[in-house]
Amino acid sequence: MFEVTTDWYLSLAAVLFSIGFFGMMIRRNALIMFMCIELMLNAVNLTFIAASKHFGTIDGQVAVFFVLVVAAAEVVVGLAIIVSIFRKQSSASVDVLNLSRG
Amino acid sequence: MVEFLLFLVPASLVLIGALIVIFAQNPVHNAMGLVLTLISLAIIYITLNATFVAMVQMLVYAGAVMTLFLFVIMMIGVDKKEQSKESIKGQTLLVSGVLLVLISLLTYVAINSNFTWDLWFEAVQFDIEGTPQLIAGTLFTAWILPFEIISILLIVATTAAIALAYDTKKRKQHV
Repeated sequence: MFEVTTDWYLSLAAVLFSIGFFGMMIRRNALIMFMCIELMLNAVNLTFIAASKHFGTIDGQVAVFFVLVVAAAEVVVGLAIIVSIFRKQSSASVDVLNLSRG
Repeated sequence: MVEFLLFLVPASLVLIGALIVIFAQNPVHNAMGLVLTLISLAIIYITLNATFVAMVQMLVYAGAVMTLFLFVIMMIGVDKKEQSKESIKGQTLLVSGVLLVLISLLTYVAINSNFTWDLWFEAVQFDIEGTPQLIAGTLFTAWILPFEIISILLIVATTAAIALAYDTKKRKQHV
């Protein structure tokens, strides 16, 4: 019972990913949605590290760095888009973004 | 028992932080919840022997990325109330159902898989410590091509951010 195995970490990652997904679906503020994407990416990172420990290899930890860099790049571009949208619409809600609606 | 507590306490903090992120109404509180999640995850990484990744997590995520988030929150204002009206009818209920399915499916897979698949590379079978030397040794040899590609991605992202944030109209008026 009190022995922490890989399953525990993977379950934690599963719950964290699901919470991030849930937040992504229910929130309308674009900033909060970005934070939820970060939650999901971090859940994936946790599975990488847990697998790295489980198999006794370093590659999982190296993969985390790539996820980190992609997440940082994604945040930079995403926040720049949010700011430029905010200049035009003066709102960060995704509900007002219906410019390309048919 | 100590090992169990070292997992349980950070794990609960991770989940509490995640819940703050999705339920708090003030964007600054959401950002602080995310910081709590990221720092607790770093603690879990340390217990998993990934010390260098834990430090990078603290510096890059809890430091740089969160600062960026807070900058943008300050720029676009924290007092904007999010409208609570559902634009799609029954959205929250529907997503809650999807969430239950997702969470049970993922946890089922996590608990019931036995991890005996064959690795395509030769595994070093010992309790590995993620030191900078070890990570750099792998990153700059076996992973060198992804590393180069990711550096190009970073340059593209930086350029894109500058291009997006540059206000052409305002600039022309001043000149």
